[in-house]
Amino acid sequence: MSLEEPQPESTYVTDERVDYDALESLLGAHVLGRETHLNAEAFVIRPDEVQDVLTLLRDEAGFDYLSCVTAQEYEDRYESIYHLKKYADPTQEVGVVVPVPRDDPVSETATPVYKTAGWHEREAYDLVGIEYEGHPDLRRILLPETWQGHPLGLDYDQDKPQIVPYREHVNPIEGDYRDADSDTMFLNIGPHHPATHGVLHLKTVLDGEQVVDVDPDIGYLHRCEEQMCQSSTYRHQIMPYPDRWDYAPGGLMNEWAYARAVEDLADIEVPEYAQVIRTMGAELCRMCSHMLALGTFCLDIYGDFTAIFMYAMRDREKIQSILEDLTGQRMMFNYLRLGGVAWDLPEPREEFFEKTRDFLEDLPVATQEYHDLITSNEIFQIRTVGTGVLPPEAAKQYGATGPVVRASGVDYDVRRDDPYGYYDELDWEVAVEHGCDNYSRLLVRMREVEQSAKIVEQCIDLLEEWPEDEREIQSNVPRTLKPDPDTEVYRAVEAAKGELGIYMRSDGTAKPARFKIRSPCFSNLSTLGEMAEGEYVADLIASLGSLDIILGEVDR
Amino acid sequence: MSSEKSPRQSIIEGKPAQTKTRDARMGEGVDNRFNSPLREAFGTSPFILTKFDQFLNWCRGSSMFMLQFGIACCSLEMMHTYAVKHDLDRFGSGVPRASPRQADTIIIPGTIVSKFAPRMKRVYDQMAEPKFVVNMGSCAISGGPFQEGYNVVKGAEEVIPVDIHVPGCPPRPEALVYGVVKLQERIANGESSPVVVKPYELEPFGDLEQDEVVEKLANQLDEDDLVMRYNWADSP
Ligand code: SF4
Repeated sequence: MSLEEPQPESTYVTDERVDYDALESLLGAHVLGRETHLNAEAFVIRPDEVQDVLTLLRDEAGFDYLSCVTAQEYEDRYESIYHLKKYADPTQEVGVVVPVPRDDPVSETATPVYKTAGWHEREAYDLVGIEYEGHPDLRRILLPETWQGHPLGLDYDQDKPQIVPYREHVNPIEGDYRDADSDTMFLNIGPHHPATHGVLHLKTVLDGEQVVDVDPDIGYLHRCEEQMCQSSTYRHQIMPYPDRWDYAPGGLMNEWAYARAVEDLADIEVPEYAQVIRTMGAELCRMCSHMLALGTFCLDIYGDFTAIFMYAMRDREKIQSILEDLTGQRMMFNYLRLGGVAWDLPEPREEFFEKTRDFLEDLPVATQEYHDLITSNEIFQIRTVGTGVLPPEAAKQYGATGPVVRASGVDYDVRRDDPYGYYDELDWEVAVEHGCDNYSRLLVRMREVEQSAKIVEQCIDLLEEWPEDEREIQSNVPRTLKPDPDTEVYRAVEAAKGELGIYMRSDGTAKPARFKIRSPCFSNLSTLGEMAEGEYVADLIASLGSLDIILGEVDR
Repeated sequence: MSSEKSPRQSIIEGKPAQTKTRDARMGEGVDNRFNSPLREAFGTSPFILTKFDQFLNWCRGSSMFMLQFGIACCSLEMMHTYAVKHDLDRFGSGVPRASPRQADTIIIPGTIVSKFAPRMKRVYDQMAEPKFVVNMGSCAISGGPFQEGYNVVKGAEEVIPVDIHVPGCPPRPEALVYGVVKLQERIANGESSPVVVKPYELEPFGDLEQDEVVEKLANQLDEDDLVMRYNWADSP
């Protein structure tokens, strides 16, 4: 962690735990009350002191990472919760709860303290309806700008008709000079464009060939995942939805995020055997996901639809076939269950092990091939080395995680820093690069594929030797799960794109009262402006490719 | 799968002749193995005796250009259909085109939400005639797992005419290949779905019937801004 500054927060940490009493005295009169969430203590503060409190926590206590902003509506109030963590140690967490009255839902913005709050607060405004005073750009982010009402509010009526405008869609070949005096040009990229990896719209302002300003316009795939989860039961109905957030397929990792949060919420044990299977499955998914990133990145950069893209697809087919044997589906696995997994490895087990081992054996050859074709390719190097630079401080400000932040030299990986599953028993390394550019991000992904292979290999060995009478795949979980009312939890796992967190609040029924998804792609995408502004438009496309976003997860 | 017939066999046997007169033209004693689609279209005679339309339809069906159009999870399986192993190109329709002007078939692989519906309509409008639509996955068919969502259009058919539905969530690449082949067959037979007015149409804001929402938005939108009404409750 060479890039970390000396930690000033030591007085607020005892034995690696956060000392909440010390924090409370640091905040002094700002604190109106304390709440206990399952992951951390939270302080209740006044809506007009948000910036003061967050600045104190960031500068004095070292909470440099705003992981998530959750907004929700109660019968008597609105509430925004800021989940703070540290990049150096994500187990040190604290929550900041900002209640505002229902008739005047105005709260101070946190954007000057953490830039990532900008997008998160826009989402909270869009879906729940809290207004953030002093926010530089408080517009709707996911829904069309003419939408009426806030759909996750309590009194939203879904049956009301809406009108969706169709604007900003001028002919892209014609120069659009927004401002008569300037000679910049406005360019729409997307929402349907081969290089945007889905339905993303970039409103770009160009000066010559250089990007002056880029404003990602998202929401073209906002399929109400949070609403869906809030209207489904914990035990069985929610599990299929995570598969559809990051469909690259990050399926098992996403399912694990949900499983981990509920298992904490309802205090469910997971048998060790199931943890090993989960770890193996998740790493296979990670490889599959990084292969896609690799293939499409090269497609973006030098239009290689033939060799690299097809090679990456070939390897994905192999992994998908293994995963299909394990789970029964190629993409939408729905394999994890609360307290375990759905079923044991496929019979005959030897065949499954052999198939997986074959794949792992071929992998080094394939990786070498990729290195020959990609990383040592001159065109590729010219396009990626030194472009799309994201300095570590900026990455932290925007709450970037996963390969994006690791390529900027920040050594942060939830699998190691906040261990879950079987990761802390296995031998592997976190891939970190210090180049901060597009090239480093690809390199991190390629090294992660190798590490994942190492993990899968160890899991296979473990599973093979596991005694037959101890193969417990699920613990006992009641048929209808009703966690205690008013329990709140925020839990994260390391998905392929970064930290995937789930916030849940239970109200004593079988369905969550609030289900909030902290998507890594959402925060990662918000760094695009930082990376692309001032660079050429071609590098904008390269930077976008290197972020490896999946729109299903950005928009949820 | 342990049925007696291989899936391929049952497709071949289950498929009716592509042109009605095939048996009549072929005559006795012709080895089945030589019956290529070309042979089927031309018959045994060395001369082409067919309607020009029919010939053109056959050409159309045999060389389709797909639009490169990814929306959601299904688009991943669509990519796999184009790529190695499944290779849609074997059926003469595997080269995705990036521009709608160059494509004549669009696969709708994913969930359509209110914000995207007008864009999809416009992309469809930009394609050259004749054009065909394959719905991939339950989202494009009906909204699928997200049908209850406040922002979800319940199927692409609300917005554009659709020729083939491929069910699944997501459909396997094999299923998509089957759907595309079925479409080719339909095209070769000169069938396509009727173009009718859809519940969701793009229209100028000034032409909308006056109601509560329109009044509220009156100062945000111009008379001639294109808009699309979205109505979750009323769509089937
Ligand atoms: S049908 Fe299923 S796989 Fe396809 S887009 Fe919808 S949710 Fe995704």
